[in-house]
Amino acid sequence: MTLQTNMLNYGGRRVVDRTLRGCTVVATAIAIIPLVLIIGYVLVVGGSSLNVAFFTQTYMPPVPADSGGAVDPATGLPADFAGIDVSGGTLADPNAPVVPAEPDLTQIQAQGGVLHGIVGTLLITLVGLLFALPIGLMAGIFLAEYPSNSLATGIRFCCDVLSGAPSIVIGVVGYTLLVQQARTYSGLAGAVAITFLMVPTIARTTEEMLKLVPHAVREAAMAMGAPKWYGTLTVVVPTALTGIVTGALLAFARGAGETAPLLLTIQGNSNLSYDLLAPMAALPLLTYKYIESPFPAENQLAWGTAFVLLLLVLGVNLLVRVVTTRIKGGV
Amino acid sequence: MSDAQAKQMALVGGFASTAAARAQAREAAAVGATKIEARAFSFFYGAFQALDAITIAIPQGEVTALIGPSGCGKSTLLRAINRMHDTTPGARAEGVLTLDDGPIYGAEVDPILLRRRVGMVFQRPNPFAKSIFDNVAYGLRVLGERNRSVISERVEWALRRAALWAEVKDRLKAPGTALSGGQQQRLCIARAIATTPEVLLMDEPCSALDPIATLKVEDLINELRGEFTILMVTHNMQQAARVSDHTAFMLMDAQTRAGNLVEFSPTGQLFTNPKDQRTEAYLSGRFG
Ligand SMILES: Nc1ncnc2c1ncn2[C@@H]1O[C@H](COP(=O)(O)OP(=O)(O)OP(=O)(O)O)[C@@H](O)[C@H]1O
Ligand SMILES: [Mg+2]
Repeated sequence: MTLQTNMLNYGGRRVVDRTLRGCTVVATAIAIIPLVLIIGYVLVVGGSSLNVAFFTQTYMPPVPADSGGAVDPATGLPADFAGIDVSGGTLADPNAPVVPAEPDLTQIQAQGGVLHGIVGTLLITLVGLLFALPIGLMAGIFLAEYPSNSLATGIRFCCDVLSGAPSIVIGVVGYTLLVQQARTYSGLAGAVAITFLMVPTIARTTEEMLKLVPHAVREAAMAMGAPKWYGTLTVVVPTALTGIVTGALLAFARGAGETAPLLLTIQGNSNLSYDLLAPMAALPLLTYKYIESPFPAENQLAWGTAFVLLLLVLGVNLLVRVVTTRIKGGV
Repeated sequence: MSDAQAKQMALVGGFASTAAARAQAREAAAVGATKIEARAFSFFYGAFQALDAITIAIPQGEVTALIGPSGCGKSTLLRAINRMHDTTPGARAEGVLTLDDGPIYGAEVDPILLRRRVGMVFQRPNPFAKSIFDNVAYGLRVLGERNRSVISERVEWALRRAALWAEVKDRLKAPGTALSGGQQQRLCIARAIATTPEVLLMDEPCSALDPIATLKVEDLINELRGEFTILMVTHNMQQAARVSDHTAFMLMDAQTRAGNLVEFSPTGQLFTNPKDQRTEAYLSGRFG
């Protein structure tokens, strides 16, 4: 009797279960398909616009399709750029105004590469990480190890606000604080803006990871007569190191892809530059610049820079995977 | 250790000198003299009283077992001795608790220095996510010992004393967390004794172990007897009977739930001929 009732319920439950599971599958698909399409499109279109020069050269102006890339040594412009042209028609009336033929933009070929952007992005993000790591780590340790402190509550609140702030706001702050004061755009200003974005991420992940360390580990260190700071540094932080490194890498990946703060701080640079105090190029900025370009061939290059950026982020995520499995496997 | 040796080590300073000094002090103090003493010691978690006027004298160099039903305050008493409650908000002690006549809850007592004299082994093995070697060396490094040969000598000594050396000597660099539960617990004991503390507190050290690992730890406790003053909480009556010299039986007040000390006697006497009716009732399984 009871058994039978249960059987009936079981049938009903199975229908509900299947329906709900179907819903989740559909919802997941809806969420993932555009993502896969975006990544796929960038990989295919961006990948096809890549060549060796793309990675080894810096910016060069575009040339007409048949010029073979020859450059006029005098002007630095493509040799037959002007020939698009002024001399084509018969000059019946020498006094008639010269009407240049409307250049066919689709015939223009892009050339050069984005080495300066790759170098700029890596430099700016690394310097940003260099600033953000010690600050974020120490803030995270403070938040996790001294949590019931009113200062900690304040810092936690600030971190949450800062990590939720639109990144253009950070750009404006960087512009006002650094670019206006120094009277020049610079890679350093960009790095500082990126630091502002990274610190809250690093601080909060560090905090969360430290909170996952079992209390027993802290007690063990305490029972060994270790002062709190010593136990924290030698036992608690190493135990959570995998997670902390992961957080830092993800912050790096996020920083590498940020555009708005850089737009207002580094200005961009067509040449390869290692000078952090001078304007600098970065991949997100180049993407923006290329997509704005009137030449379709350069628009195409935007997909190339997007591809490299995506590769960078994917690479970092892959590294995160490796780090987590390696260290977890070891401990 | 000869006198000349001890003097020379005292000159070297660091860990070795304190160990030598302690070894001498230990020889001087007779086994059986009072090491830890509580007089009308009470303990509170906020408004809740967990211990009610405990009076007990724990003898030096012997194994004392602490038994009683769950929640009667055994862990509370144990952890009061190395002031592990200091970080618990609202925890508060009253009355007298002394180690070698020095008040444990005195205002001038540095709990960090106290804990270096009173080692602890926990219920669940809790090795650090470090190598076996670094686990055992941890306490030495806390004490500021930097001499590598001294450290590796002490690590080997502690692992031998903890009956773990033979099993791990070929993989000292392996992570301590990769050992079996029983091995981990012996590693934790090695970690605790590496700095030769005077007292070893053990809170149900075998409750997470299988019978064979339990026997190994019990053998180990027998080995350490005389050298360390051991205070051990256990729920296993046979274990208390097997390894302890004295046994304290605690019970909580039915009304206030505060823990009381019912009886403290030599183990043989407590198990065969208890003075208190309640002890007898507990031992025969009639309550608790
Ligand atoms: N941190 C704490 N805050 C508040 N009350 C506590 C705390 N720790 C223990 N207590 C209470 O103190 C009493 C004694 O706890 P204790 O852990 O000392 O018992 P125990 O004898 O060790 O029990 P068990 O055998 O289960 O380990 C219990 O009523 C417990 O609820
Ligand atoms: Mg307990």
